[in-house]
Amino acid sequence: MPSISRDEVAHLARLARLAVTEDELDLFAGQLDVILQSVATVGDIATADIPPTSHAVPLTNVFREDVVRPSLGQQQALAGAPAAEDGRFRVPRILGEEA
Amino acid sequence: MSDLIRSTAAELAAKIAAREVSAVEVAQAHLDRIAEVDGSVHAFLHVDAEGALAAARRVDDDVAAGREVGPLAGVPLALKDVFATEGIPTTCGSKMLEGWVPPYDATVTRRLREAGVVILGKTNMDEFAMGSSTENSAYGPTRNPWDLDRIPGGSGGGSSASLAAFEAPLAIGTDTGGSIRQPGAVTGTVGVKPTYGGVSRYGLVAFSSSLDQGGPCARTVLDAALLHEVIGGYDPMDSTSINAPVPPVVAAVREGVTGDLSGVRVGVVTQFSGDGYQPGVLRSFEAAVAQLKQLGAEVVEVSCPSFDYALPAYYLIAPSEASSNLARFDAMRYGARHGDDGTRSAEEVMAITRDRGFGAEVKRRIMIGTYALSSGYYDAYYGSAQKVRTLITRDFEQAFGRVDVLVSPTTPTTAFKIGERADDPMAMYKADLCTIPANLAGTPAMSVPSGLSDEDGLPVGLQIMAPALQEHRMYRVAAAYEAARGTVLASVPELAGAR
Repeated sequence: MPSISRDEVAHLARLARLAVTEDELDLFAGQLDVILQSVATVGDIATADIPPTSHAVPLTNVFREDVVRPSLGQQQALAGAPAAEDGRFRVPRILGEEA
Repeated sequence: MSDLIRSTAAELAAKIAAREVSAVEVAQAHLDRIAEVDGSVHAFLHVDAEGALAAARRVDDDVAAGREVGPLAGVPLALKDVFATEGIPTTCGSKMLEGWVPPYDATVTRRLREAGVVILGKTNMDEFAMGSSTENSAYGPTRNPWDLDRIPGGSGGGSSASLAAFEAPLAIGTDTGGSIRQPGAVTGTVGVKPTYGGVSRYGLVAFSSSLDQGGPCARTVLDAALLHEVIGGYDPMDSTSINAPVPPVVAAVREGVTGDLSGVRVGVVTQFSGDGYQPGVLRSFEAAVAQLKQLGAEVVEVSCPSFDYALPAYYLIAPSEASSNLARFDAMRYGARHGDDGTRSAEEVMAITRDRGFGAEVKRRIMIGTYALSSGYYDAYYGSAQKVRTLITRDFEQAFGRVDVLVSPTTPTTAFKIGERADDPMAMYKADLCTIPANLAGTPAMSVPSGLSDEDGLPVGLQIMAPALQEHRMYRVAAAYEAARGTVLASVPELAGAR
């Protein structure tokens, strides 16, 4: 079925927030094509009358009492942060210059 | 080699409780062994000597004070580096989490600590548990103690290799598509994937949430059962945890070692043989089936036709869930951040960090998952894979209407050479051919050594599968088989010191 182009891989990488290099694009385009062609065989037996299974165990919503429990303190929560300032996560700008 | 490192967990626990040996001596013997051979094997990413000795001292104090201790108190263990450990680095084999020290313990970690199990350190793994050889670790491959030029399986190659190298008598792995069982098979050790929801996922870094399952690794079936009962059971912190008692696996082992399997119906899965299977693996499997018959089991062939589609279904479902789960690595709250030069936007920094922080296999799977979930392709890929999942579950249900357990080889070949499949993702994926169906159906399965392949002298695994929450069935069969066949680790080559 699929024949996945270099441009499509670049598009997927953008969607997945992966700044892949030109070399990686060449490598991945070929590999993803082989993998996707192979896994596309699921369509051979997946007929319309079969219900999908998202989870092996039937899931029901789990409730608990709404009580206060101990949690991580601010210092612990920030301990692994790449950058922190004034007790908060410091992140690069999220809006463009014009915004 | 010290007798202590050759001992089983059950033997060590009994000696420690009887004060014949101290937990500190046992821990030190294993730390010494790690220092001696891990330069060659590279099973560990982090060794916590100080923490291990402190935990051992606490057990010794409890024993000396006459306090009751658990069945594995004082026994050392190697923990896969995918479980959060407070105060001990947790990397998942990825540069993305290099240096990250979790602020909390996973439930599995907590239960081990509370049981007095001595955590020696964290074991190497394929990055974020994606792989079948441990070659995808950002910190270099682990080597198979049977042949240092070969892979120890994956993703939990570090855990299984640590057992075969006598660096630890117990280990913990996680099994999303075979990552406990396949490393167990190729290292001559025991590996168990419990029923989905049987062991808490809280604090287990998620790869594919509907498939991931932690479980025990050991050198004997009894040791695996003892560890299973320590880590298993309901956890309110995991919404998919099953609220039911842990199946009586230790009792099942005690029953199994009598060697009587009369009345047990064993089904041989006919799909798992033929092309792509190493002849020596199939011969070992046939001998194992003959052995089960000799022990009194009734053996029949069982066809599970949709199992032929398990591999493609898995390689759509797991990457789809991974593409969503790994979105959390956004360079903002924890983990690596690259390219933040003050001019770039958060989105640019995120994309640069993810490109540098993730290895090739992780990127491949994120992109396959992104593709399979995108509009226009969803029905053909992810939707179809979920239907195959239904068919596989039905095949299991029909099979277990006829037999008590199913058996197959654990993996189609013995350990392959490091580098042999590294550039061919599809060849690598085929190592999981026989193990994946149990993950898709959520059913328990285990691998127990079935001797050495007659063509290359490397270990082969017998896979035993059971219905959900019927782990005791497979443990009983495994224990009877192990008692009849004996261990293979007596013939693992002596490892030279660090090279």
